[in-house]
Amino acid sequence: MPKFRLIRREENSTLVGLMTPILSIIMAFVLGWLVLDLAGFNPALVYRKMFSGSLGTYYAVSETIVKAIPLMLAGLAVSLAFKMKLWNIGAEGQIYMGAFAASGVAVAVGDGSPFLLIPLTMLAGFIAGAAWGFIPGMLRAYGQVNETIITLMLNYVAIYWVDYLVFGPWKDPKSMGFPLAPILPSGAQLPVLGDSRVHLGLIFALIIAVIIYILIQHTRWGYEVRVLGESQAAARYAGINVAKNIMLVMLISGGIAGIAGMIEVSGITHRLQQDLSPGYGYTAIIVAWLARLNPFAIILVAFLFGALIVGGYAIQIVGVSFAITQVFQGIVLFFLLAGELFIKYRIILIKEEAG
Amino acid sequence: MLKRIPAIEMSGISKRFPGVSANDNINFKVYPGEIHALLGENGAGKSTLMSILAGLYRPDSGKIKIKGEAVKLRSPGNALEAGIGMIYQHFRLVSNFTIAENIILGTKNKKIGINKEQIESDIRSFSSSFGMEINPADKIYQLSLGEQQRVEILKMLYRGCEILIMDEPTTVLTPGEVKELFKILRTMAEQGKGVVLITHKLDEVMEIADYVTVLRSGKVVGDGQISELDKQSLTRMMVGRDIVHSQAEGKKQIGELILAVDNLNVKGVRGNRAVSNLSFNLYKGEILAIAGVAGNGQKELIEAIAGLREIESGSIEYEGEEIQHYNVKARAVLGIRTVPEDRIGMGLVPNISIMDNSILRSYLQDEFKKGFLLDYPKIKEYARQIISDYNIVCSDIHHPVNYLSGGNLQKLLLGREIDGNPRVLAAAYPVRGLDVAASEDVYNLFFHEREKGTAILLILEDLEDVFRIADRVAVMYQGSIKKILEVENTSIDEIGSIMLGAEVMGEQYAEV
Repeated sequence: MPKFRLIRREENSTLVGLMTPILSIIMAFVLGWLVLDLAGFNPALVYRKMFSGSLGTYYAVSETIVKAIPLMLAGLAVSLAFKMKLWNIGAEGQIYMGAFAASGVAVAVGDGSPFLLIPLTMLAGFIAGAAWGFIPGMLRAYGQVNETIITLMLNYVAIYWVDYLVFGPWKDPKSMGFPLAPILPSGAQLPVLGDSRVHLGLIFALIIAVIIYILIQHTRWGYEVRVLGESQAAARYAGINVAKNIMLVMLISGGIAGIAGMIEVSGITHRLQQDLSPGYGYTAIIVAWLARLNPFAIILVAFLFGALIVGGYAIQIVGVSFAITQVFQGIVLFFLLAGELFIKYRIILIKEEAG
Repeated sequence: MLKRIPAIEMSGISKRFPGVSANDNINFKVYPGEIHALLGENGAGKSTLMSILAGLYRPDSGKIKIKGEAVKLRSPGNALEAGIGMIYQHFRLVSNFTIAENIILGTKNKKIGINKEQIESDIRSFSSSFGMEINPADKIYQLSLGEQQRVEILKMLYRGCEILIMDEPTTVLTPGEVKELFKILRTMAEQGKGVVLITHKLDEVMEIADYVTVLRSGKVVGDGQISELDKQSLTRMMVGRDIVHSQAEGKKQIGELILAVDNLNVKGVRGNRAVSNLSFNLYKGEILAIAGVAGNGQKELIEAIAGLREIESGSIEYEGEEIQHYNVKARAVLGIRTVPEDRIGMGLVPNISIMDNSILRSYLQDEFKKGFLLDYPKIKEYARQIISDYNIVCSDIHHPVNYLSGGNLQKLLLGREIDGNPRVLAAAYPVRGLDVAASEDVYNLFFHEREKGTAILLILEDLEDVFRIADRVAVMYQGSIKKILEVENTSIDEIGSIMLGAEVMGEQYAEV
């Protein structure tokens, strides 16, 4: 029987680094085929529907972009924290807080010029999300409290806070009993492209990606973040303020996720409502990892996951549950993590020596 | 004379790792009753060869015979059954278990239940037959490193090991413990056991070994009876050229006082007092070595001087100014530079580029700034200059720093600190793990700095180096400096005994 052995790579191969995410997605579809087949569906048909529903028409592509925008922003948000090995899995809560603050400010101010209202709501979204990131950041910096658990728990606080508002004090009297907050003044609504739902948030996401790239790769502060991400001891030796940077990164990370919440409210729903995000904050974690924390790759991967979500809606027509998209996401992540092995190691075949 | 059968015979052993041929067609024999030194620089292939013998690696080709019979060693267990035991630099002992428990751990005892008293008395008599006095009921964490090493040896002997391989066994020992170890090894050899010592220390080879095999770049470059060889020829074999030990020419006049540490108290990581009432003066243009068994507060002292560890009490005066409350950055700006023990992890940042590492201590300087961005063309130029100024072998400054070898890492780190024009340069274990040639390069950098009048504080582990490099030596024991001596007026034995806590006659610390 042939035997295999793992050998540590001398250099991380760029080719493998690129192939792993691509193969992970392909393998997810292969395994997904099996799952669909076992569930009694015609996998070929489901895949065809999925493709045409997400990328087949102008409308489909526009919807894919609509879903990709919050993923881009949330993916960029968490990637910043991940760069520093801060496990911010609280983007979901930060999205809700951003949405809450943006909608609150817009409704309170009333109608006005979009040149005033959009920056104002964006700032509100950023501040609320930033606060939601700052809390775990501060606890981590000064109390060594695990940020993973705090960010996760704060997600529930934020989601139920929004629930409370839309079922209670902020419930729109004109909503005929539905849990919906009042509609945003038109000046606070993001302009859209043509007759699609693709809104200005796309431009925001692209700009933020460029800003993050420049910040991390070309500024002193980005240098500090990169050093801190690799070694706290080295950072202290270089005179970098560790606690300050932990809080700052969590704050900015939360703030960007807050903007994702703001653009969902002012670009899509136009009001604060329950289930505003179908788990964008969690999917963003997979997006950021698949993109290996590269801001431009995050834009691309977010688009792909947008397609997966929209495709998931499309296949409901042939009777497949939307849950299958979550199965896909899980499988992709699974292969991705397994693929880390191939980035770090080579597999060689060993022959038993004779004698 | 009868033809002796080797206890071990390895022939034609080759082993390749990605990019390197660690062992290339090596022949190696050990006879019973022989102490065999396996000599070579770091990366010469010594550890690989012995790991093959210990069943940890499998050779790509070659044969191994034990007492004349061909064997296949598939695992460390396999090797142990064949009578081969290896003791690594990091001991494999369970620290909460007793000596006796550690020794019987993993032995194939079919009986259920253990008769503790029986085993302990067995082990006691067994160990005294090798001249080792131990109490089998002691727990491992109570033991010194030298004693732990003895437990490792006993463990192997108890399991019927006929050939004992020891990887750099003296690194962790005090001079007294080294003597003790050598006595034990002698006794073992007299009883017909074979001993293989992996080492790069020539003096040890000359002192203890009967036979030596020298490896260089994975090949055997020489072997022979110790009685027929001298240090000079062994060095030549090991390095491939003659090493001229650079001595500082004509020790310079020691300059004015620059750093005065007075009654310093510093807590260690576990809240214990690591540095206690420590005082010394450091002068311009001198190299002051700190000698001491590792773990006596050296690391904390360097961190306190660097500003990386808060002090409890006491003062650090630099040019007459108290600086103990200044942070790392402020001290670096003043000219106090440190090279930490932890090269990659503190001194250098793993996984980021050589270029980025070159500015770790100077990234805030205006020369690297353009607008609000870092001026990468300039940083590139600076990194290239460091690379060429300090003869660092590197193929691309964009590669992660981890790609550099140990010697080049240290040259990058030290070069970067020297480039910041230090007036006090403190380094912890600057040549640890470096081979002879790289160590020379590093020491030359210190000599050159001393010429410029920099005050240098070095924590060194090799006492021979202390005598070769330093002007003065401060001996550290249990967190304080017991005595400061001019190297001309002392001996290895004297320092060795102070290191182990021998009472120092006269004043608490001698000012020279």
